[in-house]
Amino acid sequence: MKRISGTSKALIAAVALSLAVISGASAEPLMMNGAGATFPYPLYSKWFYEYSNANPGVKFNYQSIGSGGGIKQITTGTVDFGATDAPMSEEEMGKLPGAILHIPTAIGAVVVVYNLDKVESGLKLTPDLLAGIFLGKITRWNDPKIAELNKTVTLPNADIVVAHRSDGSGTTDIFTNYLAAVNTEWRAKIGHGKSVNWPVGLGGKGNEGVAGVVKQTPGALGYVELAYAKQNKMKVAALRNKEGNFVSPTLEATSAAAAGVAKSMPDDFRVSLVDAPGKESWPISGLTWILVYKDQKNEARGKAMVQFLKWAVKDGQKMEAALDYAALPKAVADKVDKALRQITSKGKSLY
Amino acid sequence: MAARSGKITKDFVFEKASAFFASVVLFLAVLLFAVLLRESIPALRKFGASFLVTGTWDPVLERFGALPFLFGTLVSSFLALLIAVPLSVGAAIFINEFAPPWLKAPVSLLAELLAAIPSVIYGLWGIFVLVPILRDGLMKPLTKYLGWIPLFKGPVYGPSMLAAGVLLAIMIIPFILSVSREVLATIPQRQKEAVLSLGGTRWEMIRIVIGQHCIPGIFGATVLGLGRALGETMAVTMVIGNRPEIFASLFQQGYSMAAVIANEFAEAGGLQLSSLVLIGLLLMLLTLVVNFAAKGMLSKMVARASRGI
Repeated sequence: MKRISGTSKALIAAVALSLAVISGASAEPLMMNGAGATFPYPLYSKWFYEYSNANPGVKFNYQSIGSGGGIKQITTGTVDFGATDAPMSEEEMGKLPGAILHIPTAIGAVVVVYNLDKVESGLKLTPDLLAGIFLGKITRWNDPKIAELNKTVTLPNADIVVAHRSDGSGTTDIFTNYLAAVNTEWRAKIGHGKSVNWPVGLGGKGNEGVAGVVKQTPGALGYVELAYAKQNKMKVAALRNKEGNFVSPTLEATSAAAAGVAKSMPDDFRVSLVDAPGKESWPISGLTWILVYKDQKNEARGKAMVQFLKWAVKDGQKMEAALDYAALPKAVADKVDKALRQITSKGKSLY
Repeated sequence: MAARSGKITKDFVFEKASAFFASVVLFLAVLLFAVLLRESIPALRKFGASFLVTGTWDPVLERFGALPFLFGTLVSSFLALLIAVPLSVGAAIFINEFAPPWLKAPVSLLAELLAAIPSVIYGLWGIFVLVPILRDGLMKPLTKYLGWIPLFKGPVYGPSMLAAGVLLAIMIIPFILSVSREVLATIPQRQKEAVLSLGGTRWEMIRIVIGQHCIPGIFGATVLGLGRALGETMAVTMVIGNRPEIFASLFQQGYSMAAVIANEFAEAGGLQLSSLVLIGLLLMLLTLVVNFAAKGMLSKMVARASRGI
């Protein structure tokens, strides 16, 4: 008898448990799916974790498949949001089923790194010198034009080994955008894009690939993301910005670039920050965006998205510096917050 | 009677099921080819046969040609064979014919372990160990003294066609080595003893018996290695320099077909994507051609070898 009652107890417990699971299912968290850029992935992971902890009703699933992939996924509507390091082109936007919003979430910087034994961080370069090096016109470290700017250091009589990304990337897009903005020859001959026809240099796959070439090759010079250079303690060059000041790449200098264009920030936020005005501005900076449709088909999902984005441009910004991202300046964050009011579902604002 | 018909039904089911599995394999191969062809149509239309002989790869102006990648894939793979075949055949002869028994097991175990290392590990090792050694120990001195030969022309950076060839050679040695050893093991002991009993030296024994017997097998092993070298992606892209240009010098950079697909596929769109798929299709055709040619040569060799005996 006892044994039977034991069994039935277990049965009751099992039924109760399965009931609990079923009732739990009705309150299952909303899973928001996203895909896109790899650059902001560490930041977004942190955001999703913190936000879901505070709001257990929403969970996120983000695939960092690259900006191009993010744009493809949001165009076909397989994800709730996309993410990209390069604003969508008019052509890409023409393929969309509805109007889309570019929501800036962070600012990234691309920095010039090099490997010279006797030269510490802070080698000075001008935009034309940098373009000349990447065009293959300036090939020696002791070129008089470089020496003139860096009188305090001895530059070796050695080849400059140029390193660039071999994979298509937002980092390359920002970097080539910068070169095209500051140098007419680069603009005419090479142009800009996620991958370009490099006149010289070695290709490395990913930031780690470029960093690998630079670290392993004496006399090498390349470009990587600021966070990557910082975390790996690489030597970085100072660049002359639009106002004529030599600035070193820092998070503050990157934010300053966004502040420099804050006044002229277009309403759709599709703006390039390269060669931005402002005394302290680091010239090779760029926004990274989350892409969401203005008209949300599903009200609950749309609402969750808007609430998250509201949080991201306010509370989320405080987490940026710790992960080596530059936060949006307040003026820009306020403007983004206002833009979120445009997201609607069946004509109703979800803000 | 009932049991018999049951058996027949079972056989029937088994036959159809296995035929289905076989057709799945065939279907997958055809599907793969069809999809590659369909996706590469825009590039085929735009560039046609000139795709094969154009040396430009410009994603901004959307001008694409496969020549530097074809060149890089073929040169790095044949360079790898040039290094790997004598090394692995020599090693196989030593292990099978000369090595004391206590040495055989560890050497062959280590060789098999080499085959199990993922290619990205080879690539990292290439960047951090092999490339600096080649650069400072081989390429710099060679350029200094023999730089007038186009093959050894500087400047020396490190990542290069040579580095890719050497790394590929290391990666395919285990394959060629183990197949060569299998082939050598098939030589009848009596034939070897016959040569020795006639007063032949060990060298003569190897030259005569192996030359007669093993050339087709070793050739087969070589093709196996070549197949692997042609398709290798990660390790090559990490050391070849990823530069879509053609240089006579082995010390300059190159690019391979598999590497450009791996590098650019994720962010490509439009004509660039189509061109990358077309390169994939070409790579598939290239491996098919190599395999068929090898099969043809192999059967001729086998015929000749059996006639010789």
